[in-house]
Amino acid sequence: MYVAVMGGERAIENAHRLLAHERRGDRSVPELSLSQISEQLGLAVDRVMSEGALYDRELAALAIKQARGDLIEAIFLVRAFRATLPRFGATEPVDTGAMRVQRRISSTFKDIPGGQVLGPTFDYTHRLLDPGLAEGGNPAAPALAATSDVPMPRVTDILRQDGLIEPSPVAEEDAPVGDLTRDPLSFPAGRDLRLQNLARGDEGFLLALGYSTQRGYGRNHPFAGEIRFGEVEVEFFAEEIGFAVPLGSIELTECQMVNQFKGSATEPPCFTRGYGLAFGQSERKTMSMALVDRALRARELGEDVVAPAQDEEFVMSHSDNVQATGFVEHLKLPHYVDFQSELGLLRKLRREFADANAAPEMKEAAE
Amino acid sequence: MAAMTIELQPGFADKVLSAQSTFRTVMEAMARPGQAMPVLDVVDGPSSMMAGVAALALTLLDQDTPVWLDHAFASAPDVGAWLKFHTGAPIVARPDAATFALIAKPASLPDLASFALGTPEYPDRSTTLIMQVSSLTAGQTFHLRGPGIDGTTALTATIEPCDLFARLSINEALFPRGVDMILVDGRSLVAIPRTTRLASSGV
Amino acid sequence: MNAPTYNFAYLDEQTKRMIRRAILKAIAIPGYQVPFASREMPMPYGWGTGGVQVTAAILGPKDVLKVIDQGSDDTTNAISIRKFFAKTAGVETTTSTDAATVIQTRHRIPEAPLRAGQVLVYQVPIPEPLRFLEPRETETRRMHALAEYGLMHVKLYEDIARFGHIATSYAYPVKVNARYVMDPSPTPKFDNPKMDNCPALQLFGAGREKRIYAIPPYTPVVSLDFEDHPFTRYKFDAPCALCGAEESYLDEIVTDDKGSRMFVCSDTDYCEGRQAAGHRGVESAAPHKEAANG
Repeated sequence: MYVAVMGGERAIENAHRLLAHERRGDRSVPELSLSQISEQLGLAVDRVMSEGALYDRELAALAIKQARGDLIEAIFLVRAFRATLPRFGATEPVDTGAMRVQRRISSTFKDIPGGQVLGPTFDYTHRLLDPGLAEGGNPAAPALAATSDVPMPRVTDILRQDGLIEPSPVAEEDAPVGDLTRDPLSFPAGRDLRLQNLARGDEGFLLALGYSTQRGYGRNHPFAGEIRFGEVEVEFFAEEIGFAVPLGSIELTECQMVNQFKGSATEPPCFTRGYGLAFGQSERKTMSMALVDRALRARELGEDVVAPAQDEEFVMSHSDNVQATGFVEHLKLPHYVDFQSELGLLRKLRREFADANAAPEMKEAAE
Repeated sequence: MAAMTIELQPGFADKVLSAQSTFRTVMEAMARPGQAMPVLDVVDGPSSMMAGVAALALTLLDQDTPVWLDHAFASAPDVGAWLKFHTGAPIVARPDAATFALIAKPASLPDLASFALGTPEYPDRSTTLIMQVSSLTAGQTFHLRGPGIDGTTALTATIEPCDLFARLSINEALFPRGVDMILVDGRSLVAIPRTTRLASSGV
Repeated sequence: MNAPTYNFAYLDEQTKRMIRRAILKAIAIPGYQVPFASREMPMPYGWGTGGVQVTAAILGPKDVLKVIDQGSDDTTNAISIRKFFAKTAGVETTTSTDAATVIQTRHRIPEAPLRAGQVLVYQVPIPEPLRFLEPRETETRRMHALAEYGLMHVKLYEDIARFGHIATSYAYPVKVNARYVMDPSPTPKFDNPKMDNCPALQLFGAGREKRIYAIPPYTPVVSLDFEDHPFTRYKFDAPCALCGAEESYLDEIVTDDKGSRMFVCSDTDYCEGRQAAGHRGVESAAPHKEAANG
């Protein structure tokens, strides 16, 4: 006698209870606080804010804690919350030229106005595991110097003064700000939507695509014109009072790649741009983004679209890790019904195959 | 010139549930062309606007839906302000730029081809016409067929312009491009989507 | 902290309006995929976010909601979605096909005939029936615009040349109202005939792919086929082992590791209804009901 399996509701409840237990881990170990996460796992928080598309360190830390350190799961939590927030409007464009810089490097000029500032970076650390960290303790206080008021113009602005690089695109004053979370995407997509897609895109996916351009799949000869990280002011134009009011400051990383030049019979040759921007300190992300942005400009710059990184529909349709993880992982869901349909067809085809192959032998035997 | 103050009529008492119930009415109407469906939660909109049109406007319009008004609605002092206040929908001068067109006096309905008809790739990018008519219970009988209709259905209505269905034949010629229409009499709705065809008509 | 608060049926009103407008266009252009600005939902893409958004946009306090996955009300994802709406919209839920006003489904159409006034909401993973022949949206959109469906017929005919049959057993393409070729979602082709001239409204939501499409009531829906290879419905060799139904779609249950199998209705409400009415199969037993928790 067969008894149908039921009881899914209770199974779900118990699974969630067990998950919460596993998240907490050994209860004799002190529980993580959100400030511990945002202070000591700051780069994880930065990534969750960038790809979660919500600048809120505390919520990102909560998401990381709730997701047991699974950053794509944390990004998903932040995105789902973000989707429910009311929208008041778009801020004024931020001025990264006026950034309060903590780090700023250029690989194109030895010295530049404002100088090179190494800042907090893993670069030039020797990747040796540090047993001292296992014990904990306070590191030495950072070295200090007097702050300087010397302006730090962007390297691309310096190049632009001599006309050596293409102009930065100027926004149309009254054009609406494109937003792929509010309007369904259609192709071809403008650069604003492409950059929005890349800014939300998975760091690993962009890294691999950027790397592929360096290895010849859509090569565009990049130089890291400048990478800068620091604080910028965010302002919102309030229609009621008629001027822009400051909302606060956020940390951003910006990367401007300087790429192979273009020119024509009517225009002198000049360098082209690739652009990357992310919340917090996210250098790998912004550099990859700048490489892919430049690759995606192939059509606009009259280059052949031959490599994956240049293919806008391919890149934009697969960059989002929340979409990708959902669809890959949905294969876990029951597919009994469609599998049964395939099974039935396969059995029928095999039966017919067997019959067809058996038939000639019988015929021979009869003769 | 003295500033003119217009006393605006209110919107739905319960924004969430009234919009839901009105949407279900119009969804049902669109799914069953030619059948009159009642709007249950009505509002007192501007005086020249029927209750059904006001409820549809509050349900479907917002800042993302440019709306075109016919001359009668556009020249009524309170309609534009009421729509702007309650829905935020931008009012546009060109009918082919409009997601919705609100028509108070269908006798002066412009050529249907002047509205957005969508493109072959995106036929959904077309104007939906919401039109006040004299009656959805008395007048001429139109036998209609098409998706949503089990065989044919009879719509008895008084519609100006009286050649409306002849004009709607552009929907057959252009399909999948075309216009979708919602006729309103008081709080009663009848939808004529672009797939609905006139089988026959009589008095 | 920004503590979250949520609207009736979870979605904010602006999002609902956007989805509702897309639904109206979808009904007006049967089988055409309307792009919509799908939102991130609190369940993963690929797990029914399109169906959930459509349901959330239409659901009201007077509705009675049924959610099925693989035909069953008791599969984990069906339970999860039903609980979501019970919590966020407070609607009455049911497992009865007949009592429901809105039925959200993944991979099946109920066995009991649907009636006028009901809405069937399908969860759709890949809405584009031409996607596996042509991955580019720009291309498939052009093919739909021109009603250029030769590629699909070539694919089906290649199957016949290779296997002697059309080797598509689920997500079997249909033509709606003699115009648009449409993906019925990964339902078994056994269910395709139920879509034709159905009195209920059928809505399809694809969240990750950001598309909504519809079949109005009483609309012709034809499974693609050839004169010499007409569409056939899959037929099981044995009746349901629990209720003896001859005309329902069956799940295959592996009962031991020696090759034993039994077949039972995939539509649990249909099967239980038949058993309650006294129908019996060879393995009939009362289904095991779960005990109250704690």
